[in-house]
Amino acid sequence: MKARVTVMLKQGVLDVQGEAVRHALGSLGFDGVAGVRQGKVIELDLTDTDASAAEARVQEMCDRLLANTVIESYRIEIV
Amino acid sequence: MKAAVITFPGSNCDRDLAVAFERAGFEVSRVWHKDTALPAGTDVVGVPGGFSYGDYLRCGAIAAQSPVAAAIRAHAARGGYVLGVCNGFQVLTEMRLLPGALMRNAGLKFLCKSVGLTACAESAFTDGYAQGQRVDLPIAHHDGNYTIDAEGLARLQGERLVAFRYTDTPNGSMDDIAGVLSANRRVLGMMPHPERAVDPAHGGTDGSALFARLMGGMALA
Repeated sequence: MKARVTVMLKQGVLDVQGEAVRHALGSLGFDGVAGVRQGKVIELDLTDTDASAAEARVQEMCDRLLANTVIESYRIEIV
Repeated sequence: MKAAVITFPGSNCDRDLAVAFERAGFEVSRVWHKDTALPAGTDVVGVPGGFSYGDYLRCGAIAAQSPVAAAIRAHAARGGYVLGVCNGFQVLTEMRLLPGALMRNAGLKFLCKSVGLTACAESAFTDGYAQGQRVDLPIAHHDGNYTIDAEGLARLQGERLVAFRYTDTPNGSMDDIAGVLSANRRVLGMMPHPERAVDPAHGGTDGSALFARLMGGMALA
């Protein structure tokens, strides 16, 4: 079973890298990009067989290591 | 007084930090990241600058889970002193020994230059400077943009736990914060490098007072 964790800066935290990407897109002539937010995707290959147990474990992984919850939020998908 | 300076894979200011402690009169031990205990009688732990574990995942995140981190946490829990500089500050925030987080510099550039600071809190680390005194120290970081929620910032301000502020903030830090103290004022994290300003050949010696006062301040405690 695989889990996909998406880590993003929390809403309200200024994403300076996303802003730089937005400016770069503008300079390439891509109009109409009102905002860009950049994050990271972490894929975990799990030996778990129970999806809900796996999700609980991945949530603990996120809280303890994968995300810094001071500034980041995360979303878990079991796939 | 005994200082223990940690070395992670990728630390690059560990020797400089050890020398700065030695010059102030500390007996210094070097501690490897895989060590699970600090030398007996350690008074202060130095967490140095660099790029611990390649700054993988987030700056300081992997170091905060290293074997020696548990020993640092126990040392702080019993009231021991901890000084984290640059990557060391990032490690201490990732360990949650200090509040807030250090994000990518607002201008996105790695900054390597001398900056002006003002000392603005009472502690064994900072009492060698007068309140409001200007202190010039080098910075060298890509992720020094100090960020904290409104409630945490109010607590830092109310309890006077902001140790140093930039005179002209180079990296976007909230409230010009360059360094913060723990609630018991015995853990200090700061982005500027006091250990890189302890010899006239460094171009400045404003960092010396921090180590000298720590030596004196802890001796009195």
